[in-house]
Amino acid sequence: MSDASALARAAAPDAPRARAFRAATDESPLVRWILVAVAVTGLLVLVGAPLFVVFSEALAQGWSAAAKSLSNRDARSAIRLTLTIAAIAVPLNAIFGIAAAWFITKFDFRGKAVLITLIDLPFSVSPVVAGLCIVLMFGANSAIGGWLVAHDLPIVFALPGIVLATLFVTFPFVARELIPVMIEQGRAEEEAALTLGASGWRIFRTVTLPNIRWALFYGVLLSNARAMGEFGAVAVVSGKIRGQTATMPITIEMLYNEYLSVAAFSMAAELTLLALVTLLLKAALEMRHADQLAAFRRH
Amino acid sequence: MGKPLIHRSPMPGLGLSMGITLTMLSIVVLLPIGALLAKGASFGIGNIWDTVNRDRVWAALFLSFRLSLFAALFNLVFGVLLAWVLVRYRFPGRRILDAAVDLPFALPTAVAGIALTALHAPNGAFGSILGQLGWRVAYTQWGILIALIFVGLPFVTRTVQPVVEEIEREVEEASATLGASRFHTLRHVVLPMLAPAALTGFALALARAVGEYGSVIFIAGNIPLVTEIAPLLIVIQLEEFNYDAAASIGIAMLLISFALLLVINLIQVWSRRRIGHV
Repeated sequence: MSDASALARAAAPDAPRARAFRAATDESPLVRWILVAVAVTGLLVLVGAPLFVVFSEALAQGWSAAAKSLSNRDARSAIRLTLTIAAIAVPLNAIFGIAAAWFITKFDFRGKAVLITLIDLPFSVSPVVAGLCIVLMFGANSAIGGWLVAHDLPIVFALPGIVLATLFVTFPFVARELIPVMIEQGRAEEEAALTLGASGWRIFRTVTLPNIRWALFYGVLLSNARAMGEFGAVAVVSGKIRGQTATMPITIEMLYNEYLSVAAFSMAAELTLLALVTLLLKAALEMRHADQLAAFRRH
Repeated sequence: MGKPLIHRSPMPGLGLSMGITLTMLSIVVLLPIGALLAKGASFGIGNIWDTVNRDRVWAALFLSFRLSLFAALFNLVFGVLLAWVLVRYRFPGRRILDAAVDLPFALPTAVAGIALTALHAPNGAFGSILGQLGWRVAYTQWGILIALIFVGLPFVTRTVQPVVEEIEREVEEASATLGASRFHTLRHVVLPMLAPAALTGFALALARAVGEYGSVIFIAGNIPLVTEIAPLLIVIQLEEFNYDAAASIGIAMLLISFALLLVINLIQVWSRRRIGHV
């Protein structure tokens, strides 16, 4: 028994035994400790371990083996293809997202709820079914696909098909980030600019864009991560032609099935680094610009 | 006279924004889905039923749905716990933990697939330990479950987190003042407030898991009737250029997805009526 607590008790004899103050809205320290331990262990096993394995398997035979597996012709072509697809699909997605958000938030029309549901539809369709839809629409067996192939413009088993599949699976990302933000901001600022005689393009550039730029960046970030990593939909439409239509994720599958573990995991490690950068930027955005992001104002 | 289709507005850009929106929506989403439905219509409902009504297809659909349900249930419990811990407690590494929740969203599914397989394969870090206990994970239904838990992990946490942030402490204090134990307060005051968001997250995780392909096929082993998931059946039919069969299974999966989407919307309508907001 220390002198201080003995003194305290002497001063206030009715006071309960000295212990740490705990608010009625806190759990007991033991419960808290257990919950945190469960959360940390669960995430370490479910998320941390796979993350670690990607890098440990990639470097299983050292840095040079990993680097070598990424520098051959097929690997380079896969990386180039994936970058090309993202470079086409992500800007198209951003343009669609801005146009859809503008149309939905600046005008009143019937069927708005239906339109929003249709934009969100790709999230609830399996990527494989998405790929299947594109094959049935544009494949050589369909009317449109047959005509396009006859005119030497193949879509399925070629770049346009992969871009379409990527657009399908990333379709709602930008729009669903922008719509809530633009609803909240209302139309008053744009209307003011309009009465002052600004042109439509100028209103968008100087009034709307500064308000939505972080939400736009957030949507583009998510859409880019998905575009570079999409597997199911691309697997169906690409035809998996090595050196031509094999994207990075498709190449990972081919290498893995050929038991080329180091090569498969080296390419996987590259995509994992991209995912980590995405998460880092996302966390930074959420910390700095939370007030301008839709994700934090839902519910 | 009914309401006009589009209200007159001085705002510029109507034609351009509507044109881009409807054109891209049609080319990318609506026409391809229409092509699937048209393929189904020309194949005929009877033929679709005959294609789907085979042991192998039923087994795959049932497997996908059952394991997705289990994975989503796990994520429901773990996700609520995670949301609570991340919002209410302060401990070292909390921000890293918070960011790590999103990794399954950011990590390509093929990467997740081979990483989980390497981990749980008989010679992998977890697989060798579990193997000594007589528990095989890779190339069994357990492996599929692990992959589906992984891809569905963020949904419940991310829908519940904002709701936990908005709970007013006064409500919990009132409950405590009235003599409720902490457990009683959590069970009867806090959990009901989280339920609608948690159920939305659950349904989203379920919908995602039912259609999941990339992270599952590596760890599944893909044995017909045992560890073959429904999306893989579509891929197999396509590789054999059997478009009618692929379309039939695709339509069955599309119907399951739409049913889930309907459930999600009903949950949101119900919770909006119950607590006034989502």
